[in-house]
Amino acid sequence: MAQVTFVIVAALAVASAVGLVVKRNPIHGALFLVVNLGCVAVLYLTLGAEFLAAAQVIVYAGAIMVLFVFAIMVLIPGKEETGPDPRRRWRLIALPAGAVLFLQLIVIVSVVRNSAAPAAGARPAGSVEAIGRLLFTDYLFPFELTSVLLLAAMVGVMLLSRRGA
Amino acid sequence: MNVDESWYVALSAVLFTLGVVGVILRRNPLVIFMSVELMLNASNLALVAFGHRFGNAEGQTLVFFVMAVAAAEVAVGLAIIVTIFRLRRRLSVDDLSLMRW
Repeated sequence: MAQVTFVIVAALAVASAVGLVVKRNPIHGALFLVVNLGCVAVLYLTLGAEFLAAAQVIVYAGAIMVLFVFAIMVLIPGKEETGPDPRRRWRLIALPAGAVLFLQLIVIVSVVRNSAAPAAGARPAGSVEAIGRLLFTDYLFPFELTSVLLLAAMVGVMLLSRRGA
Repeated sequence: MNVDESWYVALSAVLFTLGVVGVILRRNPLVIFMSVELMLNASNLALVAFGHRFGNAEGQTLVFFVMAVAAAEVAVGLAIIVTIFRLRRRLSVDDLSLMRW
């Protein structure tokens, strides 16, 4: 059952990622990315990370993608990549480069898989309680810094998008 | 019966590679940005898988921070893209060679 779920969701995630890369219309790309983020949220659920699944749907699929779609609407989509690509030969380097990167990653994964098996005693503490406890004890300072970061981003965005800036 | 975590990490490698290919292949800065999001998501998935394997919540805490940073990054990046579009009325990364060495 778990395997079947994983295979279906993983296939959907990879297919939507390919769609994002291949499709010319950025709106289609954004919708594919929403599908991908939803698939990753499901995978979080299967890994026992309920809090992150909810946060993924709210923050990524909700806030960030709305921002993307809004920006695409503002910027009149589809006009940019219609003509022939003047640097097509250089862009196609992406395919061999991606293949090499992928091979490297897979080699690393297989090495990790064949090496140290972890201590199979402690099972995941993925609950909201465990994450909250960590956030407010060991990671309190980074947590506060995050709020400063978000404030800085907000001020910066207001400054950048001002008329006549 | 559970799926081994290395499959999750392999899936995250696939997604990350697709993100890299998208960043290099595409001309629209918005799509490039979305590919960056794809890469961030892939790394998040790997972090959660590792956290699951080693049985602690620190991986998930790290993912929480990555999400916050991604939100800030998207807001600032999209503001920059909109501002550039307002100045030039075109949107292609080939035009943005002003700061190129």
